[in-house]
Amino acid sequence: MAERRFSATRLPGFATIAMLAFLALYIPILTLVVYSFNSEVTMGNWGTATLDWYAKAWANADVKDATLRSLTIAGFAAVISTALATMAALGTTRRRAFKGQTFIYVMINQPLMVPEIVTAVALMILFGLIKTVTGVHGLGYLILAHAAFCIPFAYLPIRARLEGMDLTLETAAADLYASHWHTFRRVTLPILMPGVIAGAMLAFVVSLDDVVITEFVKSAGQDTLPTYMLGQMRRQLTPEINAISTGLLLVTIAMLTAFFLLTRKKD
Amino acid sequence: MTATNAIEARNVVKAFGQGDATVRALDDVSVEIRKGEFFTLLGPSGCGKTTLLRLIAGFEMPTGGHILLDGQDITYLPPNKRPVNTVFQSYALFPHLTVAQNISFGLEMLGKPKAEIAARTEKMLALVKLEAMAGRKTSQLSGGQQQRVALARALAPQPKVLLLDEPLSALDLKLRQAMQIELKRLQQETGITFVFVTHDQEEALTMSDRIGVMSQGKLQQVGTAKEIYTRPRNRFVASFIGETNFLTARAEGTKARLASGDVVDLDVPATGDKTLTVRPEQVRLVAANEAGALVATIANLVYFGTDTHVHLALSDGTEVTARVQSPATGDAGLEKGAKTGLRFAPGAVQIVGD
Ligand SMILES: Nc1ncnc2c1ncn2[C@@H]1O[C@H](COP(=O)(O)OP(=O)(O)OP(=O)(O)O)[C@@H](O)[C@H]1O
Ligand SMILES: [Mg+2]
Repeated sequence: MAERRFSATRLPGFATIAMLAFLALYIPILTLVVYSFNSEVTMGNWGTATLDWYAKAWANADVKDATLRSLTIAGFAAVISTALATMAALGTTRRRAFKGQTFIYVMINQPLMVPEIVTAVALMILFGLIKTVTGVHGLGYLILAHAAFCIPFAYLPIRARLEGMDLTLETAAADLYASHWHTFRRVTLPILMPGVIAGAMLAFVVSLDDVVITEFVKSAGQDTLPTYMLGQMRRQLTPEINAISTGLLLVTIAMLTAFFLLTRKKD
Repeated sequence: MTATNAIEARNVVKAFGQGDATVRALDDVSVEIRKGEFFTLLGPSGCGKTTLLRLIAGFEMPTGGHILLDGQDITYLPPNKRPVNTVFQSYALFPHLTVAQNISFGLEMLGKPKAEIAARTEKMLALVKLEAMAGRKTSQLSGGQQQRVALARALAPQPKVLLLDEPLSALDLKLRQAMQIELKRLQQETGITFVFVTHDQEEALTMSDRIGVMSQGKLQQVGTAKEIYTRPRNRFVASFIGETNFLTARAEGTKARLASGDVVDLDVPATGDKTLTVRPEQVRLVAANEAGALVATIANLVYFGTDTHVHLALSDGTEVTARVQSPATGDAGLEKGAKTGLRFAPGAVQIVGD
C-alpha cells in the first residue's frame, strides 16, 4: 500500500530550510510583539514587562483618529471592490471563452502588476487635478483609490468559488421555474457567498495595510494608521508604535484566519 | 382538440460547432411520446439522448425542427416557462438548502401560496419516504437518498412531463434495482409522463411502456420492449438489444437459402439478398439425423449458470450461437467437436435492414 512517490519533503535538508524560512518570517514579528511590552524606550534595553504602551496608544487622540479613518476607508473600499469584483468574476466565468479574455484578466489584475509607486503618483496627479477643478475634497479620493487596488484581491477568491461551482445548479434552478434574477438571488449568490466574504476580508486587510498609495493620495490631516506610524518613525521610535503594530497584527491574523476557514470548506 | 401526445418532436436537428467541426448530435429526429407513458430513450454513449432531453427541457434550442408539448409549439420557450422538470444525472441538488427547501423550490418559484407549498412538500417527502430527513442538508444524505430528493424536487411542481437523464447510473446494483421499482411505482401513482434516458438495455426492457432506440443522432426504432426485441428493424437494434445471430441469405418467398445451402422458413415473404437474425434462445438443438434439421458442429461450450451458450458452425463455417438451459447436473450432454442438428423456433427468423 505504501506507495513511495516523489515528495520534495524527503529531499535532504528540506526540514532545515523550511525551519530557517519560518524563523526568518516570524522572528522579526515575535521581536516586535515582545518589545511592545518593554518598559524601556530604547530598543536595546529590556526593563520590565508592561502594558503602558498599549494604554498610551489607546489614549492617543491621533492614533484613535487614524484608526477610525483606516477602518472607514477599509470598510468602504472592501464593499465597493467586492461588489465590482463579483460582477467581474461573473462576467469572466459565466460565459464561453471569448476573444480578449486574457486581456480582461490582465486589466482586472493590473494593480497587482504595475509598481504601486507608479499608481500612487498617477493617482496623486489625477486627483490633484480633479480637486483643483471641482474644489471637492474629502475621504472619497482615498476610498476610491483603495477600492481600485483592492479589486484583484477580492476578485481571486470569488472567481475560484465560481469556477468550482457546478453549472448544472443554475440549469436546475431554471428548470424549476426560476427567472434569471431568482436563479442569481436564490442559487448563485448564496453558493458564492463564502467567496464574496473571503474576498471582502482580503480587500479589507489589504486596504488596512496600505502605505504607498495612501501616502501620495491623502491630503493634510488624512493620516491612516500606517501613514501615521510612518510619520512617527521619522521623529522618534517609541514602543508605542510596537503596541499599535501588534494591534494591527492581531486584526490581520483574525481576518486571515477567518478567510482560510471560509475558503477551505468545500461543499 | 386534446392532444394525445405529451411530447412530439418533429424533424428535430441539433448541430454543435461550425464548419468541418460540426457534430450532428440529433439528425432529423421525429418521435411522439404519449400522455402518461413511461418512455425510454436507449442508445450507446454519444448517440444524442441527453441532447434530445435538453431540447425538451429547453436548455438548448434546436438547429431545426419543432418540439410540441400537449400539441403546443414550445421550441423557443425558455426552460422556466415549460411545465417540464428534469432529474439530472448528477442530481444537481442545491447544496445550501435543506431537503425540504430543495423540494419546495419549484413551487416557490411558481408563486404558490405558502400553505399549498408546505402541504405539497410534506406529501412529496412522504412519497419518497424521506420525512425524517426534511431538515437535513443534502450533502448529509446517501446516494440513494439524494436520488429520491432529486425525484421529489422534480415531481413537486406536478410537471406535465418528467425528464430523467440516467438517474440510476451512479447507484450500485442493489440500490439501482430498488430504485427501478420505486420509479415505476412513482410513475404509476402520479400518472405523469416519464421520459427516461439510459444506456442499459435491461433497465429499458423491464421499465418502459415504449422504447426509442437511438444511434448516431438518429432514432432507429420506437416500440414496446417485445416489439423491439422480437422484431428489430435493423442490424443495430438487433445487436444492441440482447444477443443475436446474423445470417446472410437469399430470400425467395417464404424460404431463404443460407450461405451454407441450408433452407430456413420466413414468416414474412421477401426476395433477394437479406440479413437474417435469430436470437440464441430460439435456436433448438435436435438429433443430427432429424429430418429437416440443419447440421452443425459444436465449436465451443460456455457455461453461464442458468444456461449454456453453444457455439456452432454450419457446414460452410457460419457461426451460430444457441442458448440452452443448463440441466441440473450442469452437463448438457454435449461435446466439443460433435455433430448436432439445429432448428430455429417458428417465427424466430427475422429479416433486418442494415
Ligand atoms: N455542448 C456541446 N458541444 C459540442 N458537442 C456536443 C455538445 N453536447 C453534446 N455534444 C455532442 O453531441 C453528441 C451527443 O451527445 P449527448 O450528450 O446527447 O450523448 P448521450 O447519448 O447523452 O451520451 P451519454 O450516454 O454518454 O450521456 C456527442 O457526440 C457529443 O460529443
Ligand atoms: Mg447523456
